[in-house]
Amino acid sequence: MRMSTVRSPRAAPRQTTTGFDPLAWRRDFPLLQQTVHGKPLVYLDNAATAQKPQSVIDAVARYYRETNANVHRGVHALSERATAQYEAARDKVRGFIHAASVREIVFTRGTTESLNLVAQSYGRSHLRAGDEIIVSHMEHHSNIVPWQLLAEQLRLDIKVIPITDEGVLVPGAYEHLFSPRTRLVALAHVSNALGTVNPVRDMTVLAHKHHALVVLDGAQAVPHLPVDVQELDCDFYAFSAHKMFGPTGIGVLYGKQALLEEMPPWQGGGDMIRTVRFSGSTWNELPHKFEAGTPHIAGAIGLGAAVDYLQNVGMDRIARHDQDLLDYGSERLRRVHGLRLVGTAPTKVGVLSFVMDGIHPHDIGTIVDQEGVAIRTGHHCAMPVMERFGIPATARASLAFYNTREDIDALVAALAKVREVFR
Amino acid sequence: MDLRELYQDVIVDHNRSPRNFRKMADATRTQEGFNPLCGDKLMLYLKLDGDRISDVSFEGSGCAISVASASLMSQNVKGKTLAEAEQLFGRMRALLTGDGQDLDLEALGNLAALSGVSEYPARVKCASLCWHALNAALRPPAQARPAEVSTE
Ligand SMILES: Cc1ncc(COP(=O)(O)O)c(C=O)c1O
Repeated sequence: MRMSTVRSPRAAPRQTTTGFDPLAWRRDFPLLQQTVHGKPLVYLDNAATAQKPQSVIDAVARYYRETNANVHRGVHALSERATAQYEAARDKVRGFIHAASVREIVFTRGTTESLNLVAQSYGRSHLRAGDEIIVSHMEHHSNIVPWQLLAEQLRLDIKVIPITDEGVLVPGAYEHLFSPRTRLVALAHVSNALGTVNPVRDMTVLAHKHHALVVLDGAQAVPHLPVDVQELDCDFYAFSAHKMFGPTGIGVLYGKQALLEEMPPWQGGGDMIRTVRFSGSTWNELPHKFEAGTPHIAGAIGLGAAVDYLQNVGMDRIARHDQDLLDYGSERLRRVHGLRLVGTAPTKVGVLSFVMDGIHPHDIGTIVDQEGVAIRTGHHCAMPVMERFGIPATARASLAFYNTREDIDALVAALAKVREVFR
Repeated sequence: MDLRELYQDVIVDHNRSPRNFRKMADATRTQEGFNPLCGDKLMLYLKLDGDRISDVSFEGSGCAISVASASLMSQNVKGKTLAEAEQLFGRMRALLTGDGQDLDLEALGNLAALSGVSEYPARVKCASLCWHALNAALRPPAQARPAEVSTE
């Protein structure tokens, strides 16, 4: 039944209270039109990776069919066209996060690589033994481990902002962690395990007062919220294309130009140099200094197409729909017998982590999958969060703008099957 | 695929009331097991009388499949010799990985309830964890044994 609704014309939309019509947009996502185990697919694992609209798929395919050539290195027509498209994608990303200049947009493999870049390039060249880094207890492993590696290399100390039972940073705890040795604050804009939106603007102001830089992990923020890096005033901002409906293998590091200028390259190779001599080499200008080797050109172009797509839908509308669906989903799940939501911050995005009495998340995941409902179960690469809540894992439904109230209903119905199996 | 082939009554029952679920103070051998992917943890205890396993117990936390598998295992290896237990490990590995076409399911008794697992690749590790722990515990501690077996 859901499938026929998906294919029906825009004339009969199922609207939410925001007047947003997710099903009209869902038609742009071919993967979402399939059945799984004989049931219409209900994809609620968007925080792991989001699906791709036809326009992104087409942009990548068209690049390989019509344009493929290496960038920044040929005078022939294809190379010039590929370079232009690659750099146009960079400018789209710049506009999307409101950065001042394309020089501040470095293409990477994703959030993980972006954070490692900051740690190894900025961290290694600017931090000294005894310096301190502040992170939060709700970080993804990719915003913990790069700092641990750096801490080992340089003998730094890592301080952790604790979280409350709701999954909010403990009020007041943050400011007490600063010392004259604090150099860096590395923080999730939005938590992938809890959905919490952190007050990163205010936290950045405080960090700057203490002369510490701020690195934001925006992986879960960019698909849900409008992001303006100049307004946030963060020093670095990292995110992945694949969570914002773009290709895998491509992501972004935004950095303030003055900082990027003074940072050493972190990988050497082609494209990142100006001159190479055995007596020494000189570096290319920003952002190419940080893009050694042939980049993921098709990925960048696909990311550019994802930005176009999101701007067409409208990030404000996406954010409103996300809140509407989150409210509905929280309400429905709260009424499921024996279910407890993990992460109930007053400011959240559409991430619904939960546990059920006496039933392990893995069993929940397998059983709802048989109903066509795709959710994630496990520690969500946030083991410290699981430890904090004293649970081995959670089940997590994570929403995108193409999800509907009916998707939540399908999840709730599938959870009834879970109860049945374990009755 | 019918879910009931995975969650057979025996599995649901052993998950709800796991057998031999306790610490063993006077165990001859202990072995830890860990599944990093799902966070399943297990501590296996064996008591040996010569080369016979006179008692088995376990503790830990995990999904229904991993708890039921450990519970069923504890019932089935109690009283076996080390060599017999090792043979059983081989048969169960074949069953769980879908390599068990030649196995005599009837001879496996209630362990046959785990035969549906191989159809769910993501769950094979859950059911295998305790068996890998057993296999490690069958060797004497003198032969350098891993402090912890892992399904990775
Ligand atoms: C909050 C957060 N940070 C970082 C990452 C890592 O992203 P990627 O694996 O794309 O590098 C993720 C994705 O799982 C995430 O959710």
